[in-house]
Amino acid sequence: MADKVHVRTTINGEATEFLCEPRQSLLEVLRDVVGLTGSKEGCNDGNCGACTVLFNGRMVTSCLVLGVEAEGKNVTTIEGIATPAGLHPIQQAFLENAALQCGICTPGFIVAAKALLDREPNPSEQRIRLWLAGNLCRCTGYDKIIRAVMDASKKMQEVKAR
Amino acid sequence: MTTTAPAPEYSVIGTRPIRHDGLDKVIGRAKYAADIQMAGLLSAKILRSPHPHARIKSIDTSKAAALPGVRAVITAADIPAVASDRMQDLGETAVRLRFLSSNVLAGNKVLYKGQAVAAVAATSAHIAEEALSLIKVDYEVLPPALNVLDAMKDGAPLLHEDMLMQEFGQRTTKHSNIANHFRFKKGEPADGFKQADVVVEREFNTAAVHQGYIEPHAATANWNVDGKLTIWCSTQGSFNVRSQVATLLKIPESNVKVIPTEIGGGFGGKLGVYLEPVVALLAKKTGHPVKAIMSRTEVFEGTGPTPGSYMKVKMGANKEGRITAAEVSLMFEAGAFPGSPVNAGAMCALACYNLDNAQVDGYDVVVNKQKTAAYRAPGATHAAMAVESVVDELCENLKMDPIDFRILNGVKQGDRRVDGPAFGKVGFMEVLQAAKNHPHWKTPLTGKNRGRGFAAGFWFNAGGPASCYIAMNPDGTVSLIEGAADIGGTRAAIAMQAAEVLGIPADKVTPTVVDTDSIGYTSLTGGSSVAFKGGLAAYEAAQDLKKQLIERAAKIWETTADNVEFEKGEFKLKPSYERKMTFTELAGRLLTTGGPLAGRASVDARGVGPAFAAVIADVEVDPETGKTQVLRATIVQDAGKAIHPSYVEGQMQGGVAQGIGWALNEEYFFTNQGTMANPTFLDYRMPTALDLPMIDTVIVEVANPGHPFGVRGVGEVPIVPPPAAVANAMKRAIGVRMTDLPMSPGAVLAAIQAKGNGKR
Ligand code: FES
Ligand code: FES
Repeated sequence: MADKVHVRTTINGEATEFLCEPRQSLLEVLRDVVGLTGSKEGCNDGNCGACTVLFNGRMVTSCLVLGVEAEGKNVTTIEGIATPAGLHPIQQAFLENAALQCGICTPGFIVAAKALLDREPNPSEQRIRLWLAGNLCRCTGYDKIIRAVMDASKKMQEVKAR
Repeated sequence: MTTTAPAPEYSVIGTRPIRHDGLDKVIGRAKYAADIQMAGLLSAKILRSPHPHARIKSIDTSKAAALPGVRAVITAADIPAVASDRMQDLGETAVRLRFLSSNVLAGNKVLYKGQAVAAVAATSAHIAEEALSLIKVDYEVLPPALNVLDAMKDGAPLLHEDMLMQEFGQRTTKHSNIANHFRFKKGEPADGFKQADVVVEREFNTAAVHQGYIEPHAATANWNVDGKLTIWCSTQGSFNVRSQVATLLKIPESNVKVIPTEIGGGFGGKLGVYLEPVVALLAKKTGHPVKAIMSRTEVFEGTGPTPGSYMKVKMGANKEGRITAAEVSLMFEAGAFPGSPVNAGAMCALACYNLDNAQVDGYDVVVNKQKTAAYRAPGATHAAMAVESVVDELCENLKMDPIDFRILNGVKQGDRRVDGPAFGKVGFMEVLQAAKNHPHWKTPLTGKNRGRGFAAGFWFNAGGPASCYIAMNPDGTVSLIEGAADIGGTRAAIAMQAAEVLGIPADKVTPTVVDTDSIGYTSLTGGSSVAFKGGLAAYEAAQDLKKQLIERAAKIWETTADNVEFEKGEFKLKPSYERKMTFTELAGRLLTTGGPLAGRASVDARGVGPAFAAVIADVEVDPETGKTQVLRATIVQDAGKAIHPSYVEGQMQGGVAQGIGWALNEEYFFTNQGTMANPTFLDYRMPTALDLPMIDTVIVEVANPGHPFGVRGVGEVPIVPPPAAVANAMKRAIGVRMTDLPMSPGAVLAAIQAKGNGKR
């Protein structure tokens, strides 16, 4: 077993330090070392999106990033999307549109949808489908997820327009 | 959209409140099985067979056990001997105990690649994994039987040398991979075919497909020195896990407490145990809690898909469009152990049609593949692919509209299925009418290589035991305790039924799914049963509480209960109605007027209402690549009563999406050595958001008389029609009738070429 590495990073706005083995993925570190279990493992090979986090604002699958790569970076997980003031509009839209059934895919979808709306506030249905094609959901058939993202986008723009 | 507005007599049922467990799930706080952490936790990994068929000559675990960090290694020898032929109920399927045992850890033989052989507990998952490579298993490799038709042949390699074929209810003396052959018959098909003006006969093959839940199996166990075993796991039935583990480990059920975590999808695949007995034994051996999480590849290779199948269907109809005879043969791959859902498939195959002359044969056949498990309306989707394709071809030959043909032949109340039972009140005709009137059906489809298909489907639905406990809180809310795993919003659906009875809003009910020590027996989340049976338990428990509340109000008013009326959350004193108390006011006074109140109920819900569904699908096939895109899909389904319409729609949409995946892409692709070549989400292609259109839903509500609100159950039937609907659409798009699933681009291209050569 290789020696553990000391990593200094920022997770959900908080300066965080952890020790990890070089072979541990960021997903494993988040879940087992830092204790943030909101990011889920569905495949561990980049194909389900359940582990999606923002890495310096970019959407990544955390199972394909090494824990040591987080050094000096800014990581946002599902636990960092809501604020003390309340839910993010995407989270609220998921609840109101019944966009989750079992909920295991939900963290990944919400983080991925945030990455999209941060960049493109008013995406088309097709654009949302394309952006979210890396996130698998086996329960919903995606219909209500797509509607939730469209709904969130609309509401966020209404707030901005005010 | 619903065809009927929420019934005015209800104030909660038919509305769409935010589900109670939703918040934790959108902020990442909900705890699933892999999220369990505790002090001293060890990690377990499983060694799996590299061969589809082999005898285990010896297992040497000494090197693995000596690796620093390893705490225990176990094999089948550690499972208390269970040589029993007793059947163990898995909910939607059943299995012999000794087979369940060797599916958990293989005994003297491995019967599929991926079967568990040994397990290691270590201080980290990485060390446990290293240790697996140090276990030496000496195998004598045997020739495998890899598909249903080969396995049925005389002289095929036998999986279970001692297994005798069962035929027509009798045990024969024949050693065979055919575990069971049965037949349902009504009238005389040969006579029926004589009356037919058109006869269609086709053969079909379908590949095994996986339930594909996104959460891999995971389980944690702690075994205390007093013999009490606690298991945290992701399961569709905590009480089923309790009984399976207790039986396998030969310990009293009362010593086992199963704590169900949130469950990240199941669809039938999380009914039987895999990891639970293994982590329990490791916990006992190490004295530590032990957790195991499957990788995605282990989920594909080591847990049950739904069977691959070979099917033959022959149907005849007269010029008026009446079906005169039908003959169906279903041969299902059970996998390594008997128990495919061919029985259910055979009962569903012709259930949509009122037939005088029909026969269905079913064969349950073992092959060297994963032991199959239930998958959403198990068996019915296979059968519908075959039967609904042949029905479509009859319609083509007779130049009849597919919906009119089904209206003419479809079942109504009083009609008998081929396997015997008569239908009670069912909504098939209402479903067909709603489909016929839908704008999707009425709008012509234009464009090259496009076609529209239609198919129908049936599923029994199920009921069973359920328990519920409702306690009053002083602030006028209630806590509702229940025992059925909630995979897709059933906590809300059950809470809403209690709220309706109590005259309070849904958000005043706090529903919780609890462990097996904290609630009465509740059968599994399967058979589309939870909103039905759990709802009935909640209804009865709420009635029980309501009765006590009325008595308490009477006591406060110094009168008798018959002088108190309860309406819309308010207690009133008859006859003047001048004295009133709200639900909340009474709640606040309970502790000073005689003590707290709670309602309880344990039910065995039997008045099950079967479900029918129909799907309209528009496709476009690219003749250059063979790729099929579903352009539009509509599902019409009889829900009996939609308690929370959004989650009913969600079930319908999810079922259609899975059905489309089954139709077009998904398959266990086996090499001729019996290895699954695509055990990752990259190569086992489930539909993504980009592969699907919005899925339109029409909820038909023909109330089930066996439930106080008319609930039938909605989870399973929506997967049944889609593969046939897509196949029927493809026929109209490109003139080729596809008979094998999946209808992947390669298969479509080959079929187009074969047609060009005059073969189809
Ligand atoms: S777990 Fe990372 S993409 Fe599936
Ligand atoms: S809600 Fe279950 S996988 Fe998406």
